[in-house]
Amino acid sequence: MPQIFTASADTWLRAGVLLAAMGVLVTGLLWDGAIGSSYITAVGWVRDQPVPFSHKHHVGDVGIDCRYCHTTVETGPHAGFPATHTCMTCHSQLWTSAPALAPVRDSLATGTPIRWQRVARLPDYVYFNHSIHVARGVPCVTCHGRVDQMPLMMRAQPFQMRWCLDCHRDPGPHLRPPDQVTRMDWRAWDREGHADYGPHQAALLGIKPERMTDCTLCHR
Amino acid sequence: MRYLLLLALCAVLIILLVGCDEMTHQPRYQAAGPGRLFPDGKAMQAPPAGAVAQDDPARAAALDRRPAMSAALLARGRQRYDIYCSPCHDVAGTGHGAVPARGFPAPPSLHEPRLVQAPSRYFVEVITSGHGVMYSYADRVAPADRWAIAAYIRALQLRRDAPADALEATDRAKLYGAKLGGAKLDGGPP
Ligand code: HEC
Ligand code: HEC
Ligand code: HEC
Ligand code: HEC
Ligand code: HEC
Ligand code: HEC
Repeated sequence: MPQIFTASADTWLRAGVLLAAMGVLVTGLLWDGAIGSSYITAVGWVRDQPVPFSHKHHVGDVGIDCRYCHTTVETGPHAGFPATHTCMTCHSQLWTSAPALAPVRDSLATGTPIRWQRVARLPDYVYFNHSIHVARGVPCVTCHGRVDQMPLMMRAQPFQMRWCLDCHRDPGPHLRPPDQVTRMDWRAWDREGHADYGPHQAALLGIKPERMTDCTLCHR
Repeated sequence: MRYLLLLALCAVLIILLVGCDEMTHQPRYQAAGPGRLFPDGKAMQAPPAGAVAQDDPARAAALDRRPAMSAALLARGRQRYDIYCSPCHDVAGTGHGAVPARGFPAPPSLHEPRLVQAPSRYFVEVITSGHGVMYSYADRVAPADRWAIAAYIRALQLRRDAPADALEATDRAKLYGAKLGGAKLDGGPP
């Protein structure tokens, strides 16, 4: 009977298994890096907007509260975008001939809303609700970053499932006084040492982390 | 046999492909998105003219009736005032807000005698329908909150314009003490 395996067959087998294992490892590492990369999560990317609206100017310099424009953030699932009328409460008198604001004036004249390019958006199969987060005292800055320093809006957090779950497993340390949710700079708060405020508040509100990771909470 | 295998493979593929349905962008309307079904192309439709919302009577009643003064009302009024009015009227009501500082016509001080004497309802009316170059805030400030803001404006006025005689004796003593201290400081060389 002729030999089926050559003398080097064992070596080839070992090399093959090693190569396959390395392949799996490298693909895994690359994949993990890829889904965490800003190319996939869109963190830090800006989009071309019809009007170069600057949160840095309006929030950081002029000091307007988020709720002046995002009115429904406390009462509904969506924060909402400001109506053209809202821009006009100031720009009927200010910068009235600025070319940058021409689309706003057109929008008012024709009654067609400005089409903003969405930056912070979840897939349609995820349910999210602003009002409960705001009522419990999760500040805007936790999820949207230092909006007051963004000349153009960009996404600050990856908005992946694991990011939501990281907080939902233990929301306590993220909670702040609900009447200050729109505050952007919490460094003074951290310095003052309020480390036990959040966990205490979570217990007071009766938040149950074991219920907050149910699939049906966000996929309904 | 070959054909049967191919057929089975196709069936499996078709079943698997059903799973590739794009769930990220589902064929439904987004709150602030476009809606091709409607003539104006918006998913969010304005109610037809003459429609009465279920909570309209409650809103109208809230606008008519002035709520009783309470600490909670003042706290709510303060929060709403700081959000919607302070960019122009300033947190103290003087009218030197950040927006007038950048060229918006300056509003009058809320401590003007004319506005101190105006009834609370007047402030509710200004918020509801606007005044001169100031637009209406009816779309953003709910009727109950308009009364809360009016109450807080009253508190602002009182804080700045109250006669010293209206203070408690201990507070009055403190006030005069502070004034004397201030006078000494500005009093030039001793
Ligand atoms: C003067 C009005 C105004 C104020 C005040 C304001 N915003 Fe905005 N915001 C807008 C407009 C207009 C857009 C849409 C254009 C854009 O994305 O830049 C927007 C977009 C956003 C978006 C992106 C939404 C998306 O999916 O594209 C976020 C997040 C946001 N705002 C958060 C905030 C926060 C947090 C604050 C308070 C710190 C705030 N905004 C204050 C007007 C305002
Ligand atoms: C509460 C008043 C207020 C509202 C409401 C407001 N703005 Fe402004 N906006 C300002 C002021 C004040 C400036 C000038 C900023 C400066 O000079 O620092 C400005 C400047 C701008 C500029 C040019 C500034 C620049 O250099 O980038 C644009 C564009 C603009 N606003 C767009 C908008 C849009 C769009 C809206 C509606 C979503 C809006 N604004 C709502 C007060 C307002
Ligand atoms: C727990 C995290 C979280 C907090 C806190 C939060 N947001 Fe958001 N925000 C999101 C997510 C997630 C989305 C995307 C929602 C979607 O696409 O359905 C979003 C979307 C938005 C949008 C886009 C428009 C919309 O209605 O979807 C605006 C504007 C916005 N947020 C403003 C705010 C403001 C202002 C605050 C603070 C008062 C705030 N957010 C607090 C997570 C958060
Ligand atoms: C920084 C903390 C934090 C982050 C990040 C966060 N959440 Fe939450 N979430 C909370 C808290 C606190 C509650 C209130 C829980 C309670 O009161 O029972 C909550 C409640 C909810 C609820 C409502 C639960 C109910 O009872 O109806 C939904 C839905 C939800 N979160 C979805 C999300 C999604 C989706 C994301 C990611 C895009 C997210 N959350 C990110 C803290 C967070
Ligand atoms: C706190 C909210 C939250 C909870 C609870 C949650 N998810 Fe998710 N899930 C999300 C978000 C947000 C995304 C979108 C992730 C993205 O866009 O990358 C998502 C995406 C997914 C996806 C699609 C992933 C992909 O990459 O296409 C699956 C599958 C999924 N979730 C399953 C589950 C299951 C199973 C559970 C229960 C164990 C669960 N989720 C619980 C928020 C949640
Ligand atoms: C964009 C800047 C701006 C904002 C925001 C604003 N106002 Fe005004 N307000 C004005 C200006 C300007 C005037 C003077 C109008 C005139 O005489 O043409 C005015 C006038 C007034 C007056 C005096 C009316 C009179 O008889 O002279 C009252 C009262 C008032 N505002 C209350 C409010 C309240 C309450 C809010 C918050 C809900 C508010 N304003 C928000 C700019 C503003």
